Amino acid sequence: MPRRKETANIPKAVWKGDSGKTALEISGDWKLGVQPEISGEGDVGWPDTFVTDRLGTFDSTLPAYLLRKVREVGIESPPLDGLREDLRGLMELALKVPERGDAKSRNEDLHSITRLGMKSSKKWLSLMSFLEFTGDTVLAILRFAVGKAGFRARDFWLTVQECGVNALPIVALISFLIGMILAFVGNVQLASFGASLYIADLVGIAMVREMGVMMTAIIMSGRTGAAFAAHIGSMNANQEIDALKTFGFNPFDFLVLPRLFALVLMMPLLTIYANVIGILGGMLVAAGVGIPPKLFLTEMLTIVDLTQGSLGVIKSVFFGVAIAIAGCYHGMRSGSSSAAVGEATTRAVVSSITVIIILDSAFAVIFTFLEI
Amino acid sequence: MSDLTPDPEAKISVRGLTMAYGSFVVMTDLNFDIREKDIFIIMGGSGCGKSTLLRQMIGLMEPKKGEVFYNGASFTAAQDAERMAFIRRFGVMYQTGALWSSMTLAENITMPLEEHTELKPKEILDLARYKLALVGLSGYEDYYPDQVSGGMNKRAGIARALALDPEVLFLDEPGAGLDPLSSQRLDELILRLRDSLGSTFVIVTHELASIFAIANNSVFLDTVTRTQGATGDPKHLRDDSTNEAVRLFLNRGETTDTATTS
Repeated sequence: MPRRKETANIPKAVWKGDSGKTALEISGDWKLGVQPEISGEGDVGWPDTFVTDRLGTFDSTLPAYLLRKVREVGIESPPLDGLREDLRGLMELALKVPERGDAKSRNEDLHSITRLGMKSSKKWLSLMSFLEFTGDTVLAILRFAVGKAGFRARDFWLTVQECGVNALPIVALISFLIGMILAFVGNVQLASFGASLYIADLVGIAMVREMGVMMTAIIMSGRTGAAFAAHIGSMNANQEIDALKTFGFNPFDFLVLPRLFALVLMMPLLTIYANVIGILGGMLVAAGVGIPPKLFLTEMLTIVDLTQGSLGVIKSVFFGVAIAIAGCYHGMRSGSSSAAVGEATTRAVVSSITVIIILDSAFAVIFTFLEI
Repeated sequence: MSDLTPDPEAKISVRGLTMAYGSFVVMTDLNFDIREKDIFIIMGGSGCGKSTLLRQMIGLMEPKKGEVFYNGASFTAAQDAERMAFIRRFGVMYQTGALWSSMTLAENITMPLEEHTELKPKEILDLARYKLALVGLSGYEDYYPDQVSGGMNKRAGIARALALDPEVLFLDEPGAGLDPLSSQRLDELILRLRDSLGSTFVIVTHELASIFAIANNSVFLDTVTRTQGATGDPKHLRDDSTNEAVRLFLNRGETTDTATTS
């Protein structure tokens, strides 16, 4: 009788209540994706006995269903009389450790004002810890100056290579294009006055004062600052920083100083390089509109002197400090999961670019006062 | 050379398997069978290639030579869709848990279920809660992996491996880093799951207490000879193996033979 067999295989849970005693009859084959027929389920609570004579095979769906009932009824150790041995074993196992109820998503029902307060104090604390980190950096530099802070020279030179030589191609490409763009844009305006020659002044001043150092700083925060944060962050996640501490290394001296020094050393050099390449780019475009390179250079040097040329380089030192501190800070404070490392990297880039722009505005004000 | 056809009775057969990293050969000529409902232990000293063998069996690494068969069909020769069908029936727990850190414990289990079944979100959540309850983590559904201890991560890793009710469960050092009671509970869990779900277990471990408590079959990888030392029930191997390295390992270096002869 194949037909009857088929009906017998449908998973069923029938709740029966007679004379104050409830029983749950479970039958059929319980399989993932087959909807069980459940009847008589009301507010009868947990059954006193089970009938499982006609229960076939089952997978996780059946114990998952029973466990949900246990949680709904809310009893700690429900009677399992009459359950078939294998099912009973699984249920005992699942119920062995009581549910931990005190700590499910703790922020769920807080007042919005409380949340606002929590957010603000968090922001305040993170600003404080950033300042603390900056202070620590200064102390570490002082320690280094008196010879008490040590790091491996190899780390320093590797970082120099990474943020110096290895950055040359991308810095060259971007600066060259920026120089060309400045010349093109300038030419459109200046040509209408017949003053195309002044492209030289425009490109020269714009590159050495602003664009050269700015583009370099933005490239370096995306390239090197992010790398600092990711590297230190994953060291943190792997407990490598703890290992440094227990061996008596100061992680600050060991990780932050070589990176800071390398970047502060390389940023001015990269900036000078970017300035030169940018001016070459402008020169190329100028040659295209009829200004020979020699004339371009002579005209440019009437206004770009050593004072003008040094401004961008001076700024680059500060930008280098900002990028290194932002990268290392977010790396050191990163959480220990792989997602947290990614977040730390993002934060490092965003905050270093923000700080760079703020510093640049401050310099603009200062230079205006000094009438440079 | 050994016979390279699989045993038709076996759930998993490994034939003539050679594992290598580039030209560095880790193990050669491994041959063993795992029957259905076995709790099979891969054992051996540290660095002998236990985890590598596991990775080869689940397809994360390709063998240099030889084949792995499931139910008599070659897994090694299978491609793409066919291979996915094999993998779908595996559950794997990795050495460090390897939970996805941007998801809660419950989400770690529901994600495979959402991908591979047509169930409603509510049913999926019930299943996830049940799997977590099985490993003693009721109430930790909304925690993130970095908010719970290492042992809990490990147990959640087992719960995730169980997500799709797999036929074969691979556990890489499940007991390492657990306290004796949790470890014993885990052994009990493995036995219960084997009995009620009929799953086959392949476990990498070198914890003797666990091995003798649960295993009924095993393979011993010998670092010196770079091939399998012995295969069979570890309780028999401990007393009767003809290979001295196997007996030393299973008796924590104190074999009765050497004690009496020296």
